[in-house]
This record gives sequence, C-alpha cells and structure tokens, in this order.
Amino acid sequence: MVHISEIGEIFRQEYGRSVAVLVRVLGSIDAAEDAVQDAFAEAVARWPDAGLPPSPAGWIITTARNRAIDHLRREASGRDKIARSALLRSEDAALNEETVLIENTVEADAVEDNQLRLIFTCCHPALNRAAQVALTLKLLGGLTTAEIARAFLIPEPTMAQRLVRAKAKIRDARIPYRIPSGAELPARLSSVLAVAYLIFNEGYAASSGTGLVREDLCREAIRLGRLIVDLMPDEPEAKGLLALMLLLDARRRARTGPDGGLVLLADQDRSLWNSELIAEGQSLVRQCLKRNMPGPYQIQAAINAVHGDAATLEETDWRQVLALYEQLLAVEPTPVVALNRAIALAEVDGPAAGLAAVERLELGSYYLFHAVKAELLRRLGRTKEAAAAYLEARERTDNDAERSFLEARAKALTTTGSGPGGQSSADPPGP
Amino acid sequence: MSRYLLSIYQPDGPVPEPAVLNKIMADLDVLNQEMRDAGAWVFTGGLHPADTATVVRVKDGEVLTTDGPFAEAKEHVGGLWVIEAPDLDLALEWARKAAEATTLPIEVRPFAGYRE
Repeated sequence: MVHISEIGEIFRQEYGRSVAVLVRVLGSIDAAEDAVQDAFAEAVARWPDAGLPPSPAGWIITTARNRAIDHLRREASGRDKIARSALLRSEDAALNEETVLIENTVEADAVEDNQLRLIFTCCHPALNRAAQVALTLKLLGGLTTAEIARAFLIPEPTMAQRLVRAKAKIRDARIPYRIPSGAELPARLSSVLAVAYLIFNEGYAASSGTGLVREDLCREAIRLGRLIVDLMPDEPEAKGLLALMLLLDARRRARTGPDGGLVLLADQDRSLWNSELIAEGQSLVRQCLKRNMPGPYQIQAAINAVHGDAATLEETDWRQVLALYEQLLAVEPTPVVALNRAIALAEVDGPAAGLAAVERLELGSYYLFHAVKAELLRRLGRTKEAAAAYLEARERTDNDAERSFLEARAKALTTTGSGPGGQSSADPPGP
Repeated sequence: MSRYLLSIYQPDGPVPEPAVLNKIMADLDVLNQEMRDAGAWVFTGGLHPADTATVVRVKDGEVLTTDGPFAEAKEHVGGLWVIEAPDLDLALEWARKAAEATTLPIEVRPFAGYRE
C-alpha cells in the first residue's frame, strides 16, 4: 500500500526535476506545471492500489510528457494543425513509455542540465528579487502558492499575482532557459546563491511576525543549497553557502527558549546544537579551504565552523573569528560586516575597544547596531546608556520575539542595575 | 527571433558639451554598424526633446490636443532602437552596449505578437 503522504513526499522531491524536464520539452513553464500536476493527480489515483512504479520520478516525467502531448494533440485537431504537427512528429518518437523511462535513467546528466536551466531562469537578473524567490520556491521547491504566501506573510492573491507576472515576463520577454556561459556565470551564480540565502534568512530570522524561525523555509533553502552543490560541484561559493546554512541551522533548536524568545549565541545551551549538521558543515568548510578560492559565503561558513568547534563559549577561538571577519571585511566592506568584526574585537581586546569600533559605524537605523552597543555598554557598567540602547534597538525590529527579548534586557538593567548573564552580544547576522 | 524596443532614457535639459556629444555619436555609429553586421538591427532613431511633443486624445468624438509629453517626468525617451534577438539575454547584451555608448539607461521591452 502506498500512502498519500508518501506520494506527497515524492511530489516535493520530484516536482522541480519533473518541471525542469518538461519545460525543456514543452517550451512553456505553465504547460510544464500543468502536465506535472496532471501526472501527480494520476499517481494519487493509481499508486495506492497499484503500488509504486520502479522509478516514480521517471513515471511522473513520462506521464506528464504524455499528458502534455495528448493536450497538444487535442489543440492541434482544432486550429493551426500544420504548426503543431511539426512539434508532434518530434515528440512521437519519444512516446513509447519504456523508451522514455530508459532515456530518463540513462540521461541523468540531461535532467541535471535542465534543473540548472530552471534555476538560472528563476533567478534571472531581469526578474526582481521577490519574483526570483517566489518562482524558485514554486518551481524548484514544489511549494504551493498558498504555502509561499504564508511563508512570506502576504495574501495569497498577491503571491499568485507575483508568480503570474514573473512567468508572463519569462514567456513574453523570452528569458532564456539556458545555463549561463563562462564569463557571465559568476554574476548569475551569485544571484542564485543570494536567492537561496534570502530564503534561508527569511526562515532563520524572520523579519516580522510572531515565530522567530520558520523551519519550512530553512529546510527548502538547504535543499536548494544541496541541489546547487550537486549540480555545480566545482563552485566553492555554492559549497560555502550550503556549509553556512547547515552550521546556522545546527543551532536552530538552541536559538529559541521555551517561551519562543530569542536566545543569543552566548547564552545558548550548546548541547542542543545538532552535531551532525555541524560536522557536515565543517567538512564542507574544509573542502573549501583546500580549494583556496575564498568568497563571502565560505568565510562566513568558516566563522560559524569556529563557533561549532567550541563546546562552551569560553572555548571560542575569538582570535580566529576576528581574523576571519577581517578577511570578510576585505571582500565585503559593509557596515554590517564591520559590526560583526567589532563584536569579535570586543572578545579579543575587551568591550571598550569593541564599543569604539561600533561607534565609528553609520548604522543608526539597524537594530543590531543598537543591540550590540547596548551589550558592550552593559559590560562596561554604563547601565543607563545600555538600557536606552536596548530600547533603541527594540524600536527598529518588527519581529515580536526579538522585540520582547530586547525589552526584557532593558528592563533587567533598569530594575536590578545589572543585566542577565552572557558575554557575547549577538548571533552573527547575515551579510 | 523576438523583437525588442530599446528606449534611451534621457534627462530633460541642455545637451552635453560638443566634445562629449561627438564621442557619443561616434560610439553610436560603431554600435549601429555592429548591430547591422550581426543582423540584429531593424530600426533606430533619435528624437527631439520631449517639450516638442504633442498629445492627442479623443473623448466622446472630441479631439483634445495638449502641448508637451504625456508623462510628467525628469527623463523622457530620447531615442530608440528596434532590434531582433533570439532571447532576452542577447537583447540585454545589446542594451548594455547601447547604455555604454549613450551613457544613459536603456529600457528593453519585448514586442507582442512578433516571433519567428
């Protein structure tokens, strides 16, 4: 007996791959999605009694292809027969199910190429970031429009509109379905990685709403990261991003308290860290180090690998962390990176040195700037200023868990005169 | 092949210094020749400033003519190309060259109903 939930799991795993192949065959994202959905509808009707076919993925792709060809045939019996017949002739050769199944197994490389094409189309620079993210989750992740809308806390019709517009632009402006060539690859890949990391961050540090972590988005981002690494094993930044996401995700359970509130890196119960994910992330970081082609994701992964090595906060190799932040600052000279470097500096040279570095930054609108300042002021015994800075930070985030955390910190300072324990101020934020 | 409109967005106001303008015109000649050689070129033309524009509307059979461009903006279309390209990536590549030659932003828009 095949349970419906099992088919649902296969849907999640195979949707992107099937759509990728079908787009190549049909030349249209909408037609590909329709065909794959038809095939899954048929799977839900058949598999519970008939059992799983030997290759469920191959079955889905073949069935989807046949449904699409049936559909084209029906259309062809109507108008513009001649135009359609050329397409159908080329498809007829591939109609035999067995042939296609074998083809699908033998041509695993071709399937991978199609997945890469789909990734690069979804993350094409002619689409805005929100559209790239939505398309990637829909077409590669197999999430429904409703699920994506929920994850980004926007109304479903708005998300549906966003997807329709993006797909129409791909069709009408003819955004190609192709893997970028050598010279354009770095910029195009960085757009793909940015989309994956944005999905992860939206899940890991939701910028608004009640839950601090939205696990489904983290899971999707990591799945996407694994896919990119599988498809482009020679890209060290892709590996770096996957390592970074794994190492951050390893701390997920320790990152929220029983009340759902935020727990800083310094205060986390490290026994809650997922040692398997840390080991996997660290192994990827070591592979990256061997390649010696550092980039922002790899360096951030290395920083988190150092944290993962420390069984207690006191064991953290802060000199190493500081050196890595200095390396990161060299390739990505942003104020946020400088803020993180200042946190590490405070651990190595003391809170006064850290505070001096923080105060040189122009980051007044960023809540973590105030939160870090508050923490360093607290450690220097400047309690009143620290409490005020915590409240400044609270004013600048919409995440409920973070707001109540910051408020609690401020309150603890004003009532007892000294704050809660913990020496390091913040979980390293994204770049 | 698809057809694309490449519009040059030009700030209103005085034209650049002759030296600057001459360089732009020379670069445009080179670009137009490159487009022709590649078989991408369909049409190109520069426009007089937007304040030479006239807008005509018809409402209930009445013709209303207004002086000036349709959209109130600080930039208007100052010239255009119509090009042919197999896909958006290649159209964007021509746009990049056009932006370099004109030193201005180029908007790329696909034509509807043209595909062969």
